[in-house]
This record gives sequence, C-alpha cells and structure tokens, in this order.
Amino acid sequence: MIRFENVGVRYGLGPEVLNDVSFEIEASSFQYLTGPSGAGKTTLMRLMFLGLKPSRGQLTVFNQNAATLTGVPLAAARRRIGVVFQDFRLLDHMTTYENVGLPLRVLGKDEASYRADVVELLEWVGLGNRLDAYPPVLSGGEKQRAAIARAIIAKPDILLADEPTGNVDPALGNRLIRLFFELNRLGTAVVLATHDYHLIETFPARRLVIDAGEVLDYD
Amino acid sequence: MSEEETAPRLQLRPPQQPRTSGPIVPPGSIAGRALVAVISIMTFLACLAVGAVVLVSDTAREWQRDVGREVTVQVRPIDGVDLDRELARASDILRATAGIAVVRVLSRADNERLLAPWLGQGLPLDALPIPRLIVLELDQRTSADLGALRVRLTQEVRGASLDDHRQWRDRLALVSRSVVALGVVILILVMTATALSVVFATRGAMASNRDIVDVLHFVGAEDSFIAREFQHRFLVLGLEGGIYGGLAALLAFLSASGAIRFLYGQAGEQQLAMLFGSFAIGWTGLAGIVLTVCAVAAVTAVTSRWTVRRYLAA
Ligand SMILES: Nc1ncnc2c1ncn2[C@@H]1O[C@H](COP(=O)(O)OP(=O)(O)OP(=O)(O)O)[C@@H](O)[C@H]1O
Ligand SMILES: [Mg+2]
Repeated sequence: MIRFENVGVRYGLGPEVLNDVSFEIEASSFQYLTGPSGAGKTTLMRLMFLGLKPSRGQLTVFNQNAATLTGVPLAAARRRIGVVFQDFRLLDHMTTYENVGLPLRVLGKDEASYRADVVELLEWVGLGNRLDAYPPVLSGGEKQRAAIARAIIAKPDILLADEPTGNVDPALGNRLIRLFFELNRLGTAVVLATHDYHLIETFPARRLVIDAGEVLDYD
Repeated sequence: MSEEETAPRLQLRPPQQPRTSGPIVPPGSIAGRALVAVISIMTFLACLAVGAVVLVSDTAREWQRDVGREVTVQVRPIDGVDLDRELARASDILRATAGIAVVRVLSRADNERLLAPWLGQGLPLDALPIPRLIVLELDQRTSADLGALRVRLTQEVRGASLDDHRQWRDRLALVSRSVVALGVVILILVMTATALSVVFATRGAMASNRDIVDVLHFVGAEDSFIAREFQHRFLVLGLEGGIYGGLAALLAFLSASGAIRFLYGQAGEQQLAMLFGSFAIGWTGLAGIVLTVCAVAAVTAVTSRWTVRRYLAA
C-alpha cells in the first residue's frame, strides 16, 4: 500500500532526519510507529500522507510514485488517507461539526447526505454536545477526538495517527485505541505513532521502531 | 403544570441540529473592506467613462444626421451680373436634380433676419454685397450626386458655390471617434487596475490562509475546489463594490442633469439638449452601468480564481 525504498529526507540543507528507510505498509495491517522523541516519526508520517517529498529514494503510495504525484491524482490519493495530526490542525473558524464534515464537503457531497453520519460519529467520540463549539474553546482532548473523527469520517483506506492518545486520560485513550482496532477489523490499515509503551503492551500489535532516522525493527 | 409544557421535557434529548456549514474561507481573513472600496471607485470611474462615450457618440450621431441632410448653395454678387437671374438659374438647376427633397431660396428679408443679430436692424443691406443663400434638404432615400452638382453649378451659375458641410461632419466624426477611443482606453486601464488589486488581495488572502489551504489539501480537496471557494468570496466582494460604484455613478449622472436643469431653466435645457442630447442617461446608459458592474464583478472573480490556481500550482 505504501512502500519505502531507501528513502532519505533532509529539511533544507540540514542533516538527513531519515536515511535509507525501507519498509512496506500492507493493506488492512495495524502497526505502531514508535521511537524516541525526535526520531523522525512525524517526518515519516508526513511522507506517508503526501505532505513531504523524499529527498532521495523511492516512495510508492497506492502504486503511484509519490515524487511525481500532483493535481487531481494527488487529491484522489489523499482522499484515501485519513490523518490525525500531532497538532490537530482543526480550522478555527469552523465548528467541530463543520471540521469533521470537511472531508465529505470537499468531495462535493450535499450536506444533508452526511449530516447524520457526522453527528453520529461525534456522539460516538463523546463530542455530541460540542457540535457547535469552535476549536479554540475545546480542551486538548476534545480537539484530539475531533481530529480523529475528521480523519475517519470519509472511511479512508489507511489511517495515519500521530500521537492520537497524547492528550486524553487513560480510559478515553483505551476507548480510542479500540476504535482504531475496530476500524482495522473493517479493513482500514492503521499506523499509530506513539511512545506510550504501556499502550503498546496493553494492545499488542506489530511495531515499526525507528531511532535517529533509521528503522531499528519491524517485527 | 399543563401537558403542553411538560411534554417536550419528557423527551430524552432532542436530536442535535448543528448549524449549517459556513464559508470555508473566513470572510474576515480577506482585506475585504479595502478591496470593496477600491472596486467601488474603479466601477465609478468605469461607469463615467461608459456614460461619456454613450453621450458623445449619441450626440455626434444626431448632429451628423442633421448636418448631413442639409446642403447650402451660396450665390455671391458679382459686379455687372444680375444676382436674381443667377439665383433663379441656380434654383432651376437644383429643382431638376434628382435626390433633393426641398429647395428653399432665402429672400432678402430672410437675409436681413439672419444678419440682424450681428449687424443690427434697419441697415440698408441692399447697398452691401451680401451673398444669397439657397437651402437644400436632401432626399433620405436617394442620394444626390453632390460632386457633379457642384461642378455644374460653378460652371453655369456665376458666383455660385456649394457647401455640404463636409468639413464639419468630418471634424465631428473625428472628435467623436477620439472620445470613444479615449473612453475605451480608460475602461481598459480601469479594468486592469481592478484586476491587479484583486491579484494582490487574493495573494494576501492565500498567504494568510495558508493553514486552511494546507488542511483542505490534506483532506483531499482539489485545487479547483479551493479556487472555487476563493472565487466565490471575491465574486461577492466584486459585486458589492460594483454595486456601490454603479449607484454612485447613477447618482452622479442624475444630479448632473438635475443641476443643468436647475441652472439653465427650461430654455437653457433646450440649448443643452441640442448640444448634449437630453443629458439624461436613458436606458442605454442604465444598461451600460449594469453591464459595467457585472463586468467588474466577473473580472474580480475570474482574476482571483486565476491567481489561486497559479498560487497553488507554484
Ligand atoms: N520542518 C522542519 N525543519 C527542520 N527540521 C525539522 C522539521 N521538522 C522536524 N525536523 C527535525 O527532524 C527530526 C525529526 O523530527 P520529527 O518531528 O519527525 O520527530 P518525532 O519522532 O515526530 O518526534 P516527537 O516524538 O517529539 O514528535 C528532529 O530532529 C526535528 O528537529
Ligand atoms: Mg512527532
């Protein structure tokens, strides 16, 4: 689904923050992406959601070369990828409801056709009473859940979640992880970046471990 | 407590009805007020240019039509020649010529009347060598061969000359063509300036909404979707500015014709009407203003869309 072959990334003229990374994310797989802070997890995520082009090597996303993907095919590929950003990236001038409905709205869908789905999902993540709230007044955990809802509302083929449980209490964290496993059971590939080893122990799954820009382990 | 009052409270929870979706590009993030002001001013200027062009070309056309239909034949007195006989011969020739509807020989009394404003009344005009005039009105259907007529008159009538006011007509046409060309140039300049300010405003809006554009991209929006959102905002701004400018121009035209009526009264109005048409903008002028407003709004929308597409492609 997403294949890395000797991929290297540097920001500007700086040192390589990823070097010679090679692995493949299979369809319908579930894996944690772990490693110490600054190891390059977010950078790897950015490559996968087509927000960054590799400096060298070959990155293949849905059988297309990511380096040359532009325009309509790029947009089409991104529609198959759901992303939970480490910093959420909710749009401050839109309500929670509008933010979550955005991926469907940009598909050109009529609001009436998705309103019930969005409301139901928001109820499910515990934001049923915050539909009309704007992100600046949401708590960190509420923003996180809104970001997760936005990532999965369009039923993507792969979900990339960067520290999705970083801001919520353990009980809610566990609930969200179960949501990710449930999604995976329905066929969505999931890559979950975290350095919460307790979480990994509680819900064991395959691990992709990186450190200092290199893949240490992909068991 | 009545039943009506308690009934709704007994429901578990009314289903949440979220507000319908607002704009994707936040209205406040565009330098909207400033742009609307610029667009209003530009529309106002464009409408003035259009109004001036319509006014001048209408008036010029009317003038040309009136002037072009009249031809004057002048017979100068020459010593030893009977002026009245020459005049009669000239009028015979004219009456025999095809394409002339009316031949009117001005009498000596007519001459006196025409000259009175300049020379005063009661002058012994007979003593002065005043040329006599024959006024012709051309038939509108068949065109007379004025060249041949001129040759024949000068050959057969001593002291005769024919003036078809061609010089006047040509000069008039030149002036009106120049004014129209000038108006078109001004229109082009104004539209260009409008487009440029929209380009700057759009670039500014794109830069300050970079985060939003990024997020839209990541959730799978195509460039055309994003461009459409911006284009929509700018179309609204363009229409708003255009309507203000168009209304201002309308007011300007109305107050100009009102002022003329007030300053010169009925008689003055008639003179001015002769000079400038009625100076009322009329339906053509109104249509011109509406068209200009639409053109400005369209230029605004198209320019912003084009700018967004280029910005996203870069
Ligand atoms: N935009 C950028 N420009 C320059 N350097 C960057 C940029 N983003 C990240 N880096 C650097 O790349 C390295 C990897 O960063 P990255 O964000 O991928 O780490 P991470 O594994 O996600 O860390 P964390 O667990 O703290 O989120 C870091 O050394 C960081 O300083
Ligand atoms: Mg990170």
